[in-house]
Amino acid sequence: MNNTDYDVIVVGGGHAGCEACAASARVGAKTALLTHNLATIGEMSCNPAIGGLGKGHLVREIDALDGLMGRVIDKAGIQFRMLNASKGPAVRGPRAQADRELYKKYMLQALREQSGLDLIEAAVEGFVETQGVLSGVKLADGRVISAKAVVLTSGTFLNGVMFIGHETTIGGRVNDVSCAGITPYLKSFGLRVGRLKTGTPARLDGKTINWDILPVQEGDKQPVPFSYLTKKIDNPQVCCHITHTNERTHKIIRDNFSKCALFSGLITGIGPRYCPSIEDKLVKFADRTSHQIFLEPEGLHTDVIYPNGISTSLPADVQEEFIHTMEGLENVRILRPAYAIEYDYVDPQELNDRLECKKVPGLFLAGQINGTTGYEEAAAQGLLAGVNAAHRALEDGKEFIIDRSQAYLGVMIDDLITKGVDEPYRMFTSRSEYRLFLRSDNADMRLTEKGRQTGCVGDTRYSVFKAKKALLEKYRALCEQLQTSPRELEAAGANIRAEGAKKSAFNAMSYTGVSRETVNRLWPELANMPDEIYEQIEIEAKYAGYIKRQMADIEIFKKDENLRLREDIDYSKIGGLSREMVAKLSKVRPSTIGEASRIPGVTPAAVTAVLGFVKK
Amino acid sequence: MDNQTIYALSTVYGKSGVAIIRVSGSMATKVVTSMTNLQISELKPRYAHFVKLRAIPSGELLDKCLLLYFHAPQSFTGEDVIELQVHGSRAVISATMESLSQIKDFRLAEPGEFSKRAFYNGKMDLTQAEGLADLIDAETVEQQKYAVRQMDGALKNMYESWREQLLNMLAHLEAYIDFPEEDIPQDVVLNMKNTVFKLCEEIKKHLTDDNIGERLREGFRITIIGAPNAGKSSLLNQIAKREAVIVSDIAGTTRDAVDIHLDLGGYPVVFTDTAGLRETAEEIEKKGIALAYNRAKEADLVIYLFDASINAAQDIEKYKKDFAGKLLVVANKRDKLSPEDIMSLQKSGCLVISAKQNFGTDELLKAIKEKIGERFTSGSSPVVSRRRYRDALNKTLEFLSAFSFDKEIELTAEDIRLAVREIGKITGRVEVDEVLDKIFGSFCIGK
Repeated sequence: MNNTDYDVIVVGGGHAGCEACAASARVGAKTALLTHNLATIGEMSCNPAIGGLGKGHLVREIDALDGLMGRVIDKAGIQFRMLNASKGPAVRGPRAQADRELYKKYMLQALREQSGLDLIEAAVEGFVETQGVLSGVKLADGRVISAKAVVLTSGTFLNGVMFIGHETTIGGRVNDVSCAGITPYLKSFGLRVGRLKTGTPARLDGKTINWDILPVQEGDKQPVPFSYLTKKIDNPQVCCHITHTNERTHKIIRDNFSKCALFSGLITGIGPRYCPSIEDKLVKFADRTSHQIFLEPEGLHTDVIYPNGISTSLPADVQEEFIHTMEGLENVRILRPAYAIEYDYVDPQELNDRLECKKVPGLFLAGQINGTTGYEEAAAQGLLAGVNAAHRALEDGKEFIIDRSQAYLGVMIDDLITKGVDEPYRMFTSRSEYRLFLRSDNADMRLTEKGRQTGCVGDTRYSVFKAKKALLEKYRALCEQLQTSPRELEAAGANIRAEGAKKSAFNAMSYTGVSRETVNRLWPELANMPDEIYEQIEIEAKYAGYIKRQMADIEIFKKDENLRLREDIDYSKIGGLSREMVAKLSKVRPSTIGEASRIPGVTPAAVTAVLGFVKK
Repeated sequence: MDNQTIYALSTVYGKSGVAIIRVSGSMATKVVTSMTNLQISELKPRYAHFVKLRAIPSGELLDKCLLLYFHAPQSFTGEDVIELQVHGSRAVISATMESLSQIKDFRLAEPGEFSKRAFYNGKMDLTQAEGLADLIDAETVEQQKYAVRQMDGALKNMYESWREQLLNMLAHLEAYIDFPEEDIPQDVVLNMKNTVFKLCEEIKKHLTDDNIGERLREGFRITIIGAPNAGKSSLLNQIAKREAVIVSDIAGTTRDAVDIHLDLGGYPVVFTDTAGLRETAEEIEKKGIALAYNRAKEADLVIYLFDASINAAQDIEKYKKDFAGKLLVVANKRDKLSPEDIMSLQKSGCLVISAKQNFGTDELLKAIKEKIGERFTSGSSPVVSRRRYRDALNKTLEFLSAFSFDKEIELTAEDIRLAVREIGKITGRVEVDEVLDKIFGSFCIGK
């Protein structure tokens, strides 16, 4: 396999595919992105927005690893909001509405600017193996392109079927094709393949909405960018509007339950619990008489409106009827009805912590094919898979592994590969046990150095990072060194008893009533500290006790994580493991003792047995 | 812990009618194939098989015995278990154990290993395992009562229900954090505050039980103080003789404090005899007196014994203050008193006895039993039987008292998460390897 066409081939031009091919090329692998349609690269098939809670964290992490998503949304965003701004810094999530066309434009531009990356329009219909090793992909026209590693990011396209009520259409997205050729290959490799479901709401004509009577939701006055490289948001900012479902809406939906693809059993896949269709919501929150619906513009130069909150698989005529019951939408024109889509995914327990199929060395999977939902989840996986595919192809002896204590990305991958999915997996801050440490403000401090070592962080990013880190360290030291008496602090407005030992500026920041102005007045030396540096030091001061405790937890966690298990362990040879345990462990083939302990149903006794076996 | 099959003698080694040898692990049924005439296909779970037991490797007949089989997971350990009920002869036991050691992947169990495996396989939680250990160690009726209740899950159920309530709250808080559009209703906030408040009260109540649980395990401490020659040692000798069950005589940490362990009406009691209290310039005696005083301070009950022929009114007042609520005043040397003197002493609340003539000792013991019994008024609720429960619960309280809605919501959630984890440590919900070995190490072999 010395003379392949490419080092790495990435199949699919969605959010996972874009990050995967760019990351692979950044690491230095000769990379090709294969997509059946170059015009849909970076397409936002559903919600025209990036970020949110947990998801915003992922975007910051992608950015810290020099990925594209953060930079592109900063150029394409038309309404920026910091969600949970009133709550604490660990659970704040940046979110932005995107201009769909701008997003695609800037994503394509970013890929074109990436050296070592070819963009090829071609439909992949299968894989090629040479002597039992994956060696390339087979195109619909019969051509073969060879590579040392392949990243498959097929999204919803594998045997995609769309449902509008009882009407079904074959395709991976509206007005798009489906791919039937790849699944049989996956099955022939012995991978477990299942079906999952997701959906997207109708699109509305903004010219026919009665905006005047609807409450407005503005973006933040000072938009906060996603990327650590972006200085300022240049796009004009737009507002969204809010409407509600009401009892009439609910009655129409209930009366037509039997016509839903979902309830009539047409769809066998399982949909995401947290992004439920409106009929799901009605069943699960039966006592609610109203649900909030956000009317979000899809761009600066379009009248298409995305109604956030009414995904459905009801027939078009019923959609028409219930949408018109809502305030402001009485006379709305529906441009395209909502649909549900069902597609093939691969059980992520088939993957190792590099997102490579354990049964098919050289084949990496990322995005919805792994059972996740969301652009950000897909993109983050794509980046990690792309970097590891590059390492494999280049045979540079490196691995890029992110664990639960380092990033949400690590939490997601660990959850996927140890627990598998029974519904599309979406990121939440509550999925992380180290939430107070894994914040969106410090993603660069957590990851950029690691990315630099693995080769996916470029010079520009790295120099910006180093400059920030130096400033952070300088001011942190200064803050711990400068002192004042509690009496002065109290006089300055701090909620503190005016007695006891002197407090450092760092301590002072943890008290309520101490603002930036207070700090500047007490210690003029700190007045020049940049805002983002101040913010981070302040968070660390406020969380100090809690973070210290989490750091201690992380150390314990690392012990198990550092005990790596070989992938070829014959679990049936380990004395005393019950058949059930052998089956569970053989199915997942955990990479570390820590992973083994997180597989549902695996007992501590079994973990100890494995540990004993490995140490022998 | 490795995953070999373990075996151990579960009954006491020595001459007896029956001795039970227990085998646990995935290879346990190898006993059947390699040591008995029974076919593996004939082996029925929970059924007593009468078998011929043969030695390895000679095949000589060792004994005819009962063999019981418990199929995993329906066994004490959750693994396959074989129990051999052989005749309680030292020779049979030794020969059987020797043969078991010959089977591949078999080894002698470590102390507490059967229970440890039961815990690891989810057959019981840590409090139940510790209840079991206490039950095996129980020497008095009351100890047995509390231990069996704990083994049955009384503590586990209470701690688990607390944990459950906190977990529910955490789920609410997390929903509030992760779904910013869904506002947490004010009544839910109020509910949470209420739950935490009530939980704190419950935990506090559970903790302020006068250390009954620890007392039950370690014994109630009764210290006898008094001037030299008041008759303390005579009294202790009388008590020791009266009570049929003398558990042990243990010399105190210094020559001047002597502990005697007794079963007093089902309660374990430790009587401590101390140095006579008096003003002295002598260094060693001074230390003895200081020790006596400290012991009395720590004791659950203090008996002040004085020579009734000497006026002790001043001392009584002092000790009543020093040992408020736990002082029993006893006048000795009744034989030296007139009936009028006895009457007036009794009126002032003294017990009047004669240690020498063994008069009034029964009355004194009755009074002591009553005093101990008073502390068991809440007899039905489970008690904190171990220091580590108390420590974890105190930490839980610490985290819960930090709980408030006046800080960042993720910190509010973190407080609850930490509290949940502390409670989980008690029942073994959380990995607590460092405490596990400690807990199971105190078991006897064969359990």
